[in-house]
Amino acid sequence: MIEIQNLTKRFGPVTAVANLSLVVKPGEVLGFLGPNGAGKSTTMKMVTGYLAPDEGSARICGHDIVSDTIAAQRKLGYLPEGAPAYGEMTPRQFLHFIAGVRQLSGAAAKAATERAVTGAELGSVMDQPIDTLSKGFRRRVGLAQAILHDPEVLVLDEPTDGLDPNQKHAVRGLIRGMAKNKTIVISTHLLEEVEAICTRAVIIDQGRVVVDETPAALAARSATGRLDEVFRQLTTRDTAGAAA
Amino acid sequence: MSMLGPVFAREFKSYFATPLAFVFIVIFLFAMGAFTFYLGHFYDNGVADLTVFFGYHPWLYLFLVPALAMRLWAEERRSGTMELLLTLPVPLWATVLGKFLAAWAFAGLALILTFPIWVTVNYLGNPDNGVILASYIGSFLMAGAYLSIGACISAATSNQVIAFIVSVVVCFLLTISGAPLVLDAFRGWAPLTLTEAISSFSFLTHFAAITGGVIDLRDVIFFLSLIGLFLTANMLIVDLRKSG
Repeated sequence: MIEIQNLTKRFGPVTAVANLSLVVKPGEVLGFLGPNGAGKSTTMKMVTGYLAPDEGSARICGHDIVSDTIAAQRKLGYLPEGAPAYGEMTPRQFLHFIAGVRQLSGAAAKAATERAVTGAELGSVMDQPIDTLSKGFRRRVGLAQAILHDPEVLVLDEPTDGLDPNQKHAVRGLIRGMAKNKTIVISTHLLEEVEAICTRAVIIDQGRVVVDETPAALAARSATGRLDEVFRQLTTRDTAGAAA
Repeated sequence: MSMLGPVFAREFKSYFATPLAFVFIVIFLFAMGAFTFYLGHFYDNGVADLTVFFGYHPWLYLFLVPALAMRLWAEERRSGTMELLLTLPVPLWATVLGKFLAAWAFAGLALILTFPIWVTVNYLGNPDNGVILASYIGSFLMAGAYLSIGACISAATSNQVIAFIVSVVVCFLLTISGAPLVLDAFRGWAPLTLTEAISSFSFLTHFAAITGGVIDLRDVIFFLSLIGLFLTANMLIVDLRKSG
């Protein structure tokens, strides 16, 4: 469960996220859409406790991310933008570190790592330094890190960016498989991804929610039933309106 | 406290994942030897003690310790792992302390590897090993103080070169704060108590007191409280950066 209330973030004169409110329930896979710079990543950074909001609050399973940070972060798996990882480590060492931080040890750590490695299909590269891996594998290391402790809430910033079509398919299958009892938020530029795995589509533009409905309802807005057309209509009209 | 372990272990191992550990230790040992034997005329002094050896420690630390500390936070910021690290359920104090202790342990390892000089001096004569032990402890404490300054400055930038240069300058000023170069800038306008306070920050004075063979609690407290002060500042800087 993620409860976001009136979340606002300003960077100097620019308001990146403006008074954003959202509630995401277990079982939901929320697709977070919007043009570059719309505030998707900034929102995710605030929800996961990396950035402090200027106003408003975010709660993860009832724990406030600002006042009860550690408890909230325990419930949370997060894949930051660009899937950062310690390049000199191998996925095995890296996941061992994550397991330690997540206070998993012994058999529990081993089982959790195995599950994450299988899910992210990392088996073949476990002992290569992360720096030497392809973009797709690095993304999957980040994904394995995020799901290692089987969190109740998953926040994934562009989880399929840089993957080839087969890998995209596999990752989407993984996310769909976990969706039943988890609260999942993914940001993406790929509208087909929203149709493929999301139960709810939220488009934000200039830090505000423009649309919040099911992918099917979103597609129905256009005569052709194509999501990208709707997306273009909604976000460009808004930009033009703001500029005027 | 259990959170400290994984952070410490990862940081400590990261020194050895690249040639950094090897290069640092070789240069450290080589420089220690060169300074002691050539500049310090260790043999010509005809005295079986390590005063000359320890006398060069502050000056070597001045350049080598900031080199060790500069990557601590700047590297995390540059590579994006900062976002990962700060969204894991680890209290900030544990992250700051774990990273610092890892660097300090590494510096301690380099210091321990200077033991051949201790063997040499014991072979040549009958030095006061109590004084030598005290000096080693003092040197280790001083390295920690330099490190905490470097760590704090590293947290303020994503540029390692800037972190290095600023750290060297700050460490230099603290090292010689009892010398006229620093004090003359304050004499004449600042109250005497301030001038005296500044002069009491001199690393050289405190270190010389310990290498004299007396571990005065005040000197130990000086270095430890300096470490505490800069690590607290380190925490505040990381936390401040959160509000973007």
